[in-house]
Amino acid sequence: MPIANTLTRVGAHVAETVSELGQFTVFAARMLRWIVTDGTRWRLLRPQLYECGVRSMPVIVITGAFVGMVLAVQSYPQFEAIGQGAWSGAVINLSVVKELGPVLAGIMIAGRVGGALAAGLGTMKVTEQIDALRAMGADPIRYLVVPRFLACFLLIPFLTVYCDFVGIVGGYLVVWGYGADTHEYWYHSARVIENWDIFAGVVKSALFGAAIALVACFKGFQSRQGAEGVGRAATESFVISFMAILVLDLFIILLMRGVYEAIWGPAAIFL
Amino acid sequence: MSAIDLNAETSPGADGEGGPAADRPIICLDGVTKRFGRHTILENLTLAFYRGETTVVLGASGVGKSVMLKLILGLLKPDAGRITVDGAEITGLGERALIPIRQRFGMVFQGAALFDFLTVYENVAFAIREHRDWPEARIRDTVARKLATVGLAGTETLLPEELSGGMRKRVGLARAIAIEPEVILYDEPTTGLDPVTADTINSLILRCQHDLDTTSIVVTHDMASAYRVGDRLVMLHEGRVIADGSPKAFQAHPDIRVRRFIQGDASLADADRKETGP
Repeated sequence: MPIANTLTRVGAHVAETVSELGQFTVFAARMLRWIVTDGTRWRLLRPQLYECGVRSMPVIVITGAFVGMVLAVQSYPQFEAIGQGAWSGAVINLSVVKELGPVLAGIMIAGRVGGALAAGLGTMKVTEQIDALRAMGADPIRYLVVPRFLACFLLIPFLTVYCDFVGIVGGYLVVWGYGADTHEYWYHSARVIENWDIFAGVVKSALFGAAIALVACFKGFQSRQGAEGVGRAATESFVISFMAILVLDLFIILLMRGVYEAIWGPAAIFL
Repeated sequence: MSAIDLNAETSPGADGEGGPAADRPIICLDGVTKRFGRHTILENLTLAFYRGETTVVLGASGVGKSVMLKLILGLLKPDAGRITVDGAEITGLGERALIPIRQRFGMVFQGAALFDFLTVYENVAFAIREHRDWPEARIRDTVARKLATVGLAGTETLLPEELSGGMRKRVGLARAIAIEPEVILYDEPTTGLDPVTADTINSLILRCQHDLDTTSIVVTHDMASAYRVGDRLVMLHEGRVIADGSPKAFQAHPDIRVRRFIQGDASLADADRKETGP
């Protein structure tokens, strides 16, 4: 009975997904409980801050710079064609600050840090290091997950601001190379970009960081035996983090726009 | 010392007849069953471990020996049955409630399971930092003594990746005894080691037993190690105890499955099939 077999497979897959979601919720709740009741220790947090923050700087710089430059190459000639070249600053910088900076920084962190977290914890799982922690009376969520989560959550906003900055500089250098009016370029940029936009980008990136760390740690803890299991954990971690970033991005934009309009009224560049 | 149980499907220890301190079981497994998916690993396992005794649990690969150790530590939960430590049931305890129980145990893992991001010093000091509010000087002194005990003085700054297999096992043992636990669990302590290094590990197990007066449970399929360190041998087969007795009694055990295992003789498998039927 092919239909019955298909239904059985679909049912098993749904049950497995629901079960995994439940496990993820319990995992996240246990981690939050440890943060609230115990915080973390500096000696555990410091190496994670270094790994997540300092070692991510090169990829963040390259990502930000090239995003800004590519946007400038694409947009400046179009604006220049209608005699509004300086307006490209508004579009380039607003795109970087509100969307491309946070999202691309998040994706780079999901790949570099999230993948490494999942693979590292997965290796610890299959080599019984996590069991060894538990056997010695240390909770692995407190010891391994909390510092990694806090490092991602706290540092990705800073990395995003840095990515924004480098992107803005990169975009400006290209536009300057095209011979744009510098004063007009920055004037239009400053007119359009508000503190709220920077704040929204930073809030978004902090939530991306939380999602990346939680997904990566969960997948690492769920890793199956062997090199294939660890590799799969790292891959799944990146794919799920990537999707989570896109979904979160949409809902956070809607939420932030709702809050903005409730306070200051309709938001549009050309009002 | 436990007498051999010729009818054994359960351990005499569990009935309170075995061991030099038979009146004081420290760990009891009572009707414990553990399944992974459709596979039943342990089935209605009843076994007691006695204070001050070194019990060696034997059995073929995949018979559930390591699973039993993880059940005792609460790293896995049984599907049925109960496990008690000093009479207190631990079966249903959560992670936080298990922490004080686990402080009474030390475990040497099969692959040593050293934390690869920490030095030898940090590995051995780990449990001390977690559970003792000691000044650093005292921790340093204790770590140095434990490493000297396992013959690895001066290796504090090395990383696990810089150690040989035997050295890793010895660091694992130093880590397990760092807070001087009441019970030490050894999971295949000599597997993968050359005979001389394996004998060194056996000597260390005996030394820890003597110096720290611990209760030890050693899971292995290395008969030389079992005879060397064990006060009592228990053999698991298909998730149950099929033999439980002293090393001497074990050598003359009438059960062909036990003889086949201790002699490492595959040709006895045919006799086994004839004796036990298809």
